[in-house]
Amino acid sequence: MKAFFDSDIWWSFRSSPVTVISAIVAAVCVFGAMLASVIAPHNPFDLASLQLMDAFKPPSWEAEGDPVYVLGTDDQGRDMLSAIMYGARVSLMVGFCAVVFSTVVGVTVGLVAGYMGGKVDSLLMRIADIQLTFPSILVALLVDGVVRAAVPREVHDQIALFVVIFAIGVSNWPQFARTVRGSTLVERNKEYVQAARVIGLSPLRIMRSHVLPNVMSPVLVIATLNLSFAILSEATLSFLGVGVPPTQPSLGTLIRIGNDFLFSGEWWIAIFPGIALIVMVLSVNLLGDWLRDALNPKLR
Amino acid sequence: MSLLQVKNLRVEFPTRRGTLVALDDVSFEIAPGEVLGVVGESGAGKSMTGAAIIGLLEPPGRIASGQVLLEGRRIDNLPYEKMRRIRGREIGAIFQDPLTTLNPLYTIGRQLVETITTHLPVGPGEAREKAIGWLELVGIPAARERIDSYPHEFSGGMRQRVVIALALCAEPKLIVADEPTTALDVSIQAQVIAMLKTLAREKGTAMMLVTHDMGVIAETADRVAVMYAGRISEIGPVRELVRHARHPYSQGLMGSIPPLDRRVERLTQIDGAMPRLSAIPRGCAFNPRCPKVFDRCLVERPELLDAGTTRASCWLYAEGGAA
Amino acid sequence: MRAAAGSGATPMLEAQDIARHFDVSKPVLQRLIAREGRRTLRAVDGLSFDIPKGTTLSLVGESGCGKSTVARLVVGLYGTTRGTVLFDGQDLSQARADSTQRSRMQMIFQDPYASLNPRWRVVDIVAEPIRAFGLLKDRKAILARVGELLTQVGLSPLDGQKYPHEFSGGQRQRISIARALSSNPEFLVCDEPTSALDVSVQAQILNLMKELQQRLGLTYLFISHNLAVVRQVSDRIGVMYLGKLVELAPAESLFERPRHPYTRALMEAIPDLEMTGRQRIPVGGEVPSPISPPPGCTFHPRCPLANARCRVEVPVMKPALDAMVACHAVEEGRG
Repeated sequence: MKAFFDSDIWWSFRSSPVTVISAIVAAVCVFGAMLASVIAPHNPFDLASLQLMDAFKPPSWEAEGDPVYVLGTDDQGRDMLSAIMYGARVSLMVGFCAVVFSTVVGVTVGLVAGYMGGKVDSLLMRIADIQLTFPSILVALLVDGVVRAAVPREVHDQIALFVVIFAIGVSNWPQFARTVRGSTLVERNKEYVQAARVIGLSPLRIMRSHVLPNVMSPVLVIATLNLSFAILSEATLSFLGVGVPPTQPSLGTLIRIGNDFLFSGEWWIAIFPGIALIVMVLSVNLLGDWLRDALNPKLR
Repeated sequence: MSLLQVKNLRVEFPTRRGTLVALDDVSFEIAPGEVLGVVGESGAGKSMTGAAIIGLLEPPGRIASGQVLLEGRRIDNLPYEKMRRIRGREIGAIFQDPLTTLNPLYTIGRQLVETITTHLPVGPGEAREKAIGWLELVGIPAARERIDSYPHEFSGGMRQRVVIALALCAEPKLIVADEPTTALDVSIQAQVIAMLKTLAREKGTAMMLVTHDMGVIAETADRVAVMYAGRISEIGPVRELVRHARHPYSQGLMGSIPPLDRRVERLTQIDGAMPRLSAIPRGCAFNPRCPKVFDRCLVERPELLDAGTTRASCWLYAEGGAA
Repeated sequence: MRAAAGSGATPMLEAQDIARHFDVSKPVLQRLIAREGRRTLRAVDGLSFDIPKGTTLSLVGESGCGKSTVARLVVGLYGTTRGTVLFDGQDLSQARADSTQRSRMQMIFQDPYASLNPRWRVVDIVAEPIRAFGLLKDRKAILARVGELLTQVGLSPLDGQKYPHEFSGGQRQRISIARALSSNPEFLVCDEPTSALDVSVQAQILNLMKELQQRLGLTYLFISHNLAVVRQVSDRIGVMYLGKLVELAPAESLFERPRHPYTRALMEAIPDLEMTGRQRIPVGGEVPSPISPPPGCTFHPRCPLANARCRVEVPVMKPALDAMVACHAVEEGRG
């Protein structure tokens, strides 16, 4: 721990105010979302507590506002602040799982392609190239469409979350694969790997214990930047109505709902979830940018 | 008068863990037409001395104190633009890797002509003729045909010749050459050294030759400065230094070079390694590795002292010596 | 000393006409568009030598002559295109398949900054071969052995807890040597082990390697471009040029009477520290590309003794007193 506070990473973190602020903002977002069920003022999914009388209340500082609903309520009388916190939880969860999915697939493919080389490399990388030629939203829509057609509606609602995670994850892994393959090609020719080969270690063991730890820094950067991208993708899908099921609204779902009332005066229903989304994505992105610079020895 | 004077040069690198002193109290002179060799192990500060002189210290490194004088004029405090002009016209620079000096997008002819017309009062046509002349002089075969080739069309050895031509074509008075032959194979190295030596003699150009290869220095230099941990530990005529080094470090350095003409059972070795800049010992920086260390070395840092034919920063040569 | 040293007639390593070609063709599509054929780089092209147990054979030559490829061929990092390598009388691929045999060979590399995994502690780096070959099982025994090895190469057992970046180049090379010794090898391939080091540190490492050879009866294949270094460590020396041996001779004989014109040129090229004032005549030209080597003797464009025969006929290694030389001029007595 002491070593960490003495390290260059901590130093570069501390000396960049933008990074510190975005870290704090990101932390607030994450905690707010994770602990939504504990700290949110209302439970927007508890149908019993919903009062249609309270529908379309503007934020509390407006003339007709109600201090109980700080950011106002939506068409069904749900507290916006609480809905945003629950929605952020879904968004973050989907984004995080999607990134983990693409990281695991991408790193494995990249490692094997880079280390094995030859035909294996060509085959895996051509698949990645083909994957990259499809816009990720298109891939996600395609996956979602196929699943919708294949399974009955009730089942679909149950697995919808996993479908979204898979759809977003599968469209992003080539980026990881390419980066890891590049670093692996460099590491593979380094002499410490050759020394392990002279001993006769199996390729699997060399990849796992020697190459993998040395190609992970760029992966960390891409994963962070990808998290914000995945959150945005999820929001886009949910906005288009093919994302998470309406029973578990994410930020994207909230924005879609709000979009219907945007021009009838109830602006807060769309704007606040939108701001929450922007703040979350921006802070994660800034963190990713910093991480990229901090881990790049050339810029140090 | 000396062509180049370096007086008490001190280069610092501010870091968050404190200021590192990369060069400390470095002083030497180079006379017109003289070749000064600067040797030392990696991290001794030899390349940094060259970089400080030509005003190309890598940030955050900076000259903290001391002076660099070219023909009596201070050049260490000049603005970037002025220094850039001096760098082409009066001081030529040759680096280890020729690819960093040559622009890959321009033909070598264009780069040579541009340098010549910028610094000398000649027209483009005359400059081109001069450029061909220089390429012939540095030993590029069929120079007239190859002048319009791009850098990547030359081999490593040929590229380094082009770099040398580029450094020489504005007819500078001083050349700072940093490991000019290190990237080359021995047989090519020999060709390039022979050429540099001839050119320096014919054109009367002074040269500061920075290298770790004592053999190159012995063949080329008139005087040698040995550097250790950011300071000059010994300076003197090349013959004296190679044969009768005075400083214990220079003695160890010379002894550890494997001889070509005989097999020795055990090479002389200096135990340990050069200290990091962040942990330079008190007193003489060499004291933990020195076989002749005594009390004074541990507390007081020696200046360059008269040691007969050379000057050495070692208390053995103080009045009264080790007594 | 080990029983292996000097016992019997089986050499530690025997290479018979080994070759390694690399396919350096452009990708198929580019080749079709540019209408180019396949291109082969003959990095090593027919080398034969043997290394008796307990001795050092050095291979010298300029960059691109294939010496490092030979080093990788004899430990099985590359497969041979042609020829056989015998490790202690056994075919190399068989020996590589047997972990006991494999533990008898080890390699030391050139770049002390790339040869140690930066994410591992020194103790784990040195212990890796011990664990891989299952030489010791007990954690305490492994730690003790690593401490012993570190002491043997002039480091402290406490250094085991540090990471590679905390060491200087020379110390890292010592760690590399400790790792190589940890499987109790008899045969060490050393690929330019000192060329990235400062001269005073180079002396430390060379002394250490000689000391270890005497103490442990090791057999070395030593790769270097530096003739002066090679002279200090070798029993026999092979001079390589463009993937071939041009001269193979006992060390002293090579330096006393270099026969091949290229060997002489190499010696001539080394700057003279003694400054006897002798005028050196550097050899002209540069090493040609190994992708399209000149016909006949590959050295002929740079050779002062070349004649019509050299330009067409490839010379083969022939005995010349105590040495083997591949040169028409030497054979005909023109040298």
